[in-house]
Amino acid sequence: MSLLEVRGLRKSYGALKVTDDLNLSVEAGELHAIIGPNGAGKSTLIAQLSGQAGSDGGSVRFDGTEMTGLPMHRRVRAGMSRSFQITSILPGFTALDNVAVAVQARRGSSFRFFTPVAQEHALNEAALEALNRVGIADRAFFRAGSLSHGEKRQLELAIALATRPRLLLLDEPLAGTSGQEADRLVEVMRSLKGDVTQVLIEHDMDAVFALADRISVLVYGRIIATGTPDEIRGDPAVRAAYLGEEAGEGG
Amino acid sequence: MRLIPTRAWAATILFAAFAALPLIAGALEDSYLIVVATRILAYAIAALALDLILGYGGLVSFGHAAYLGIGAYAVAILNRAGVTDLGLHLLAAILGAAVFALVTGAISLRTRGIYFIMITLAFAQMAYFFFVSLSAYGGDDGVTLRARSTLFGRPLLEDDTALYYTALVLLLGLYLLAVAITRSRFGRVLTGARENPVRMRAIGFSPFRYQLTAYVISGCMAAVAGVMLANQASYVSPAFMNWHRSGELVVMVVFGGVGNLLGAVAGATIALLLEEWLAVLTDHWPILFGTVLILVVLYSRDGLAGFFRRRS
Repeated sequence: MSLLEVRGLRKSYGALKVTDDLNLSVEAGELHAIIGPNGAGKSTLIAQLSGQAGSDGGSVRFDGTEMTGLPMHRRVRAGMSRSFQITSILPGFTALDNVAVAVQARRGSSFRFFTPVAQEHALNEAALEALNRVGIADRAFFRAGSLSHGEKRQLELAIALATRPRLLLLDEPLAGTSGQEADRLVEVMRSLKGDVTQVLIEHDMDAVFALADRISVLVYGRIIATGTPDEIRGDPAVRAAYLGEEAGEGG
Repeated sequence: MRLIPTRAWAATILFAAFAALPLIAGALEDSYLIVVATRILAYAIAALALDLILGYGGLVSFGHAAYLGIGAYAVAILNRAGVTDLGLHLLAAILGAAVFALVTGAISLRTRGIYFIMITLAFAQMAYFFFVSLSAYGGDDGVTLRARSTLFGRPLLEDDTALYYTALVLLLGLYLLAVAITRSRFGRVLTGARENPVRMRAIGFSPFRYQLTAYVISGCMAAVAGVMLANQASYVSPAFMNWHRSGELVVMVVFGGVGNLLGAVAGATIALLLEEWLAVLTDHWPILFGTVLILVVLYSRDGLAGFFRRRS
């Protein structure tokens, strides 16, 4: 059985069907990329899978459990975490605290009122480890709002990792990063393979084809093809619908 | 976080000044000073309570005077029933406030921004009109207390200085409690939900539960202020929970510096002192006070605490 099973998922904004009877299976341990032209509904799909946006129909099953209708925070606690396309951090917190609060979420109750949380070394150590993994440990004590755009993208991934997800939904993690930052994030995603299942939306085709175990192509809210990078590259329908416009780059 | 040692020093100085005040009042033979100072302490407790949710939770309650009223009426109602112990008065005030905060908070927190402000105001006005129509307790006119609350079965609080120190001990205790809460796991989740609620959901927190808990804690603290105010005035009326009063609490917090706790205490102190002094100068003192408030907010977004911080 697949770790993530999406069946007949639908969502419309008025007359526009953004997600149109979508089916998707993601196997445990794989990195499953979802590509498609702008406006194909990729970010909406991530929002629906994560519970941030509601669905008009269909079902999302995670590890055999029905997630449909559960709010985002419940899905995160079940092991489905996401990163945001538009960086979503706590700007007034330090980078370390941004991650430490995510560690705190999965370790014990947060209805504790008297002990100073800054002195909980276990939280800080796990947070520092996550920052180190994405390559911004040296920024731990900087205000998150003061980090560069690329560093915020790295922080975004560190926060998602700190929730210890079994399934990571990554919404364009490389958007706006420099070459060096992107390399680091690609390396992190590669190192997670086999350990953490990943659903990746990304416009950087080099990264997608280098990383993905399987790729699904989303066009007008429907998956038109799923396969290995080689299969997708050779699929005539995909070339026509999507890669045709940038086959040179993608191939 | 680097501000903490600075704030600890400022708090030590401020509380030491409060502790020494009765000595100064004694030396000046100014018994009115203690009366004013006791009111200041009570309002400082209420402002502290409000800052906990306004400054740290980002929840602008425009109905916090309701909790002053609940605390004050707890004293009036128990007194008439023959229960005079301060501890029981505080307990009743806190329980009453907790119930009111739980119910109104659970509804108010389904809204955000201006709607939250308006709905907390509406609930406070409902409480206000409830007590206005409570003719058994004087309705609009309120009711004079036969005596102040008792401590250990004795009328110790009839002495103004004893009442003052009781209020000071309560303020200090609640200040330390509030500081601890803001530094705790709970405080971090509350602050995180103010910073970015979507992010907090995306790491597995439902902000509502934490915000509601903070709202209830804040309401209970403000009710303690109501108990002290009733004792100070030996009189209770619906005016305690008038919406003007709610506005004054917001002004005190903004004046002192939002999200600082000590700023709320300082804000209440200076706002009430200014009110006393300016009222001596002119009947139109609110114009002068308004000017001061505008200047403080214009020149320091963090209120009085902001001036202090920049210098340090």
